[in-house]
Amino acid sequence: MSEPLIALRGLTVDFDGAPALRGIDLAVAPGEALGLVGESGCGKSVTWLAALGLLPGRARVGGSVRLGGEELLGAPPALLDRVRGGRVAMIFQDPASSLNPVHRIGRQVAEALGLHRGLRGAAARAEARRLLDQVGIPDAGRRLDAYPHELSGGQSQRVMIAMALAGRPELLVADEPTTALDVTIQAQILDLLGALRRETGMALVLISHDLGVVAETCERVAVMYAGRIVEEAPVGRLFDRPTHPYTQGLLGALPPLDGPRRPLAAIPGGVPEPGAMPPGCAFAPRCPQAMAACAAGVPEAIAVEPGHAAACLRAARALVPA
Amino acid sequence: MSAVPLLEATGLTRRYAMRRGLFGRPVEVRAVDGVSLALERGRTLGLVGESGCGKSTTGRLVLGLERPDAGGVAFEGRPMPAPGTPAWRALRARMQMVFQDPLGALDRRMTIGAQIAEPLEIHSIGGRPERVAQLLRDVGLRPDQAGRYPHELSGGQRQRAVLARALATEPALLVCDEPISALDVSIQAQVMNLLVELQARLGTAILFVSHDLRAVRQVSHRVAVMYLGRIVEEGEPDAVLHDPAHPYAQALVSAIPHPGRRQRRILLQGDPPNPADRPSGCAFHPRCPVATTLCAREDPVLKPRPGDGRHVACHVAQGEVPARRAA
Amino acid sequence: MLRFLGFRLLRAAVTIVLVVSFAFVVLRLSGDPAQIIMGADAPPEAIAAFRRAWGLEEPLWLQYLRYFGAILSGDLGRSMRDGREAIALVAERIPATLALTIPALLIKLGLGIPAGITAALHRNSLTDRVVMMLAVAGFTVPSFVLGLLLVLVFAVQLGWLPSGGQEGWRHAILPIVTMGIGGAAVLARFTRSAMLEVLGQPYIRTASAKGVPWRAVVWGHALPNAAIPTVTIIGFMVGSLIAGAVVVESVFSWPGVGRLLVVAVANRDLAVVQCILLLVAATMVTANLVVDLLYGALDPRLRQRTA
Repeated sequence: MSEPLIALRGLTVDFDGAPALRGIDLAVAPGEALGLVGESGCGKSVTWLAALGLLPGRARVGGSVRLGGEELLGAPPALLDRVRGGRVAMIFQDPASSLNPVHRIGRQVAEALGLHRGLRGAAARAEARRLLDQVGIPDAGRRLDAYPHELSGGQSQRVMIAMALAGRPELLVADEPTTALDVTIQAQILDLLGALRRETGMALVLISHDLGVVAETCERVAVMYAGRIVEEAPVGRLFDRPTHPYTQGLLGALPPLDGPRRPLAAIPGGVPEPGAMPPGCAFAPRCPQAMAACAAGVPEAIAVEPGHAAACLRAARALVPA
Repeated sequence: MSAVPLLEATGLTRRYAMRRGLFGRPVEVRAVDGVSLALERGRTLGLVGESGCGKSTTGRLVLGLERPDAGGVAFEGRPMPAPGTPAWRALRARMQMVFQDPLGALDRRMTIGAQIAEPLEIHSIGGRPERVAQLLRDVGLRPDQAGRYPHELSGGQRQRAVLARALATEPALLVCDEPISALDVSIQAQVMNLLVELQARLGTAILFVSHDLRAVRQVSHRVAVMYLGRIVEEGEPDAVLHDPAHPYAQALVSAIPHPGRRQRRILLQGDPPNPADRPSGCAFHPRCPVATTLCAREDPVLKPRPGDGRHVACHVAQGEVPARRAA
Repeated sequence: MLRFLGFRLLRAAVTIVLVVSFAFVVLRLSGDPAQIIMGADAPPEAIAAFRRAWGLEEPLWLQYLRYFGAILSGDLGRSMRDGREAIALVAERIPATLALTIPALLIKLGLGIPAGITAALHRNSLTDRVVMMLAVAGFTVPSFVLGLLLVLVFAVQLGWLPSGGQEGWRHAILPIVTMGIGGAAVLARFTRSAMLEVLGQPYIRTASAKGVPWRAVVWGHALPNAAIPTVTIIGFMVGSLIAGAVVVESVFSWPGVGRLLVVAVANRDLAVVQCILLLVAATMVTANLVVDLLYGALDPRLRQRTA
C-alpha cells in the first residue's frame, strides 16, 4: 500500500477494566473504501470513536493513531478539534437523534463551515445550501430553516452527510449509516456515498454489521470479532475465499436469495462477554474447526496471500506444507 | 389439507386519529387499508414492507389484539370473537405472538421457567415441570436454564425463551413481528432455523412480519409485499424475489445488498409518503419509475395477473396501460 | 395558539375556583371565627353581633354564593379582625416577602445551576461527589431546621447577624440564605441530571465529531437542550415567590405574606386567607403558563405548525 492516510497501530480500549479493543492494526489509504464488519460488541464502532478521541472519559485508550505525520492519541484538544470534521468526518447510526433538536439544519451545517473553512453569515449559508443540494435534499434553500424533527430519517442522514462534507474531509467514517433506515432509503444513502466518493476522492470507512452493504460499497473489508480484526482482504476475495472460520460462519448465516432452501449454517453459541474472554483465540469456543492449540495463545494475523490476512492457526498451518 | 384455511382475513381496515404537533387537529390515518390474506395450517406467510406500511398492525389485527374498523378475521372458518370475551381468551391459547425485542417481552423479575409455565397456568394445562423442560429442549435451551433470569441469557437465548413461552399452549398460529431484527447475524440464523424446524415438527402456521426479504424467503411459503396499508403483490417467495411484478417490489428486491454481486439498483425517489397524506390513485405512483396518468387517477386492485396468475395491484404489471419509459 | 391560550386560561380559572372553594369549606368547618377573634370569654351578645355583622348566621351555601359574587365584582372582602380591606392588608405585606424571595431566587439560580452543570461535566469526580452530597443535605434538611441551625450558628454562637425581625438588610440575610440553599440544592440536582441526560445524546457526539470545541459543545449544544426540563422547576420557583416563604417567615418572624397567612388561618380570617390563596394561585398559574410558552420557544418540536 502507498503511504496510508491514517494508520492505527496496536489500538486498545478498556472500559472499567473490561477490554473492548485488544490490539487493532488497520490502515486506510487515500481515497480507499474500507468496510469494517462484525456483530454488536465486536468493537467496530469503538475503534473509530477511540481513534478520534470521541469515547467517554472512563475509556482507557492505548496504542497509536497516526493521521499523516500526526499522532492523534493524546493529542491536544485543539489539534483534535481541527482534525474532527476537518480531515476526518464521521456520521452515525441514528440520524434522527444525531442532529441537535433545538437548532435549525442550516445552523448546524454552517457551524462546521465556520469551524473548518472560516465561512460566516451569508457565505456560510450559501455554502450550506450548496451542500444540502449536493446530498440530494429537495428544496435545499427552504430546508436550511427546518428543524431536525421535520425531516425523515433518510433526509436526516443526508443532512449529517452534508455536515460531514462541510470540512472537505479526506476520510469519512460512516458508522452503521443505514441501519436505522428502510431498505429503499438505505439504497439511496449508499448510492449517495458512492457518488460523493467519486466526486470528492475522499476515503470511506464503512462500519456495518451487514456484509451485503459492505460488499456493495467497499473495496477492502476487515472482519472484527471480540475486539480484534480476524480477517482482512479485498472484497471479492473475502466473499469468494473466506479464510477465517468466523468469516465463513457469517457468510453461511446469511440467507441466500436463490437456490434450494436448507437450514442456515448458524454459528452456535454467542459472543463472549468482554469481562470473560476465552484464553487464546476468542472464537475458538464457537469454532467448528478449533484445535487444542487455539486455546494456547491469541493467533497473529498471517498473510495467506498479498493483501489477504487471517488471524487463525488453521490458516497459518495451511501455508506450511506438513 | 382441509378446504377451510386456518386463518382468513378479509378487507381488514384500521384507522387511527393522528394529531400533528401539540395543537394540530387530528387527521385520519389508515394504517391498514383493506388487507385480505389466508394462511393454511403448517405454512408460513411472510409479510414484508418498510416502516409504517401497516405490517405490524396487520399482525395485531389478525390476533384480535386490535379491532378492525372494517373487515374481519376468521379462525378455522369461524369469525373471531370480540376481544376480551371468554371465547376470545380461549382462542388466544391457540394463537401466540412473538415480538422484536425479546428483553422487552420478558419479565425481568421472573425466571424464564416461571414465564414459560405462566401460559400453562392461565390456560389450565397440566404436567407443568415436565412440559417446561420439554419446551426448553424444543427451542434448543437446556432444562436447567429454566432457573435463569432474562438478563442472564444472551439475545438469541432470550428469543428462544420467548418462543418456548409462545409454544407452551401448542398454538396453531404464531404471529412473529420482526422476530430477528434485534439479533446479530449469526443469531438470526439460529432463530430462523429454529422456526423452520419447529414448524416442521409441530405443524404451526406462522405469520412472519419482517422488513428483511432474505429472512422472509428463508422461512416463508408465500410472501405478501405491503405498501402504505395495502398488499401490492403476493406470491411464492422465489417468484416474487426473482421476478417481482410490482414496481415497488422490484425496487425492494433490487435494494437488497448482495455480497459478491454488483448490479444496478432501482433507486426510488423520495421517502415513503405519510399515511396521513395518501396520494391519489395508486399510493406508490409519486415514487414509481413507470407510473402513468391512469396510476395517479385510479386505484389498482390486487388481482391475479393474466398469464402467470401472480397477485399484483398495479395497472402497468396487469398490462392495463403501457409503461411510461423510466427516465 | 389562541385556542391554546383560551384553554389554558379556562383551566387556570377552574383551578382558582377549586382552591378558593376548598379553603372556604375547610376554614368554615374547622372553627368559628367569631369565637376565635372575639375570644372564648366574650359576652354572647357581642359574639352574636359579630356574627350578624359578618353574615355568619346565614346558611353556609348562601355565604359561599355571596362570597363568590363579591369576588366576581372585584370585592375581596374585609378582614374580620380589624375591618380593613383584605387586599390592602395583603398588598402591604408583599414587598417584605419579595425582599426575601427574589434575592433567594437569585441564589437558587446563581448557585444551583452552575453547581449542577459543573457536577455533570465532571461526573464521578470529587467535585461531583461534594456538590451532590451538599445538594442532598440541602434538600433533605427542612427549611425550618436549616433556619434554626443558621440562627444557632450565626446569631447565637457568633453573634454576627440578628436572629429575627425586620429592622434592616442584615435581618434579611439569614432568611434569604435559608431559602436560597434549599432551592439551590433542588436545582443543582435537577440541572445535573438534565445535563447528564443531554450529554449522553448522540447529537453531542455529533457536535464533537464535527470539531466543535468542548466548551462550545457544552454552551451551544448541551445547555439549550438541558434548559428544557430545568425550566419547569424554575417556573415552579418563580410561581412560589409569594407563597414560598411561609415557613421561613415564621421562623425568622419576618412580617411578610407568609406570616400574615399563618395568623389569618389561626384566626379563621376568611377574607384574608382567601385573598392570599387567590394571589398564590394566580402567580402559580401565570408561572405555569409562562413555562409552557417558554417550552415552545426552547423546543421547536413543541412549536405549533398549523397550516
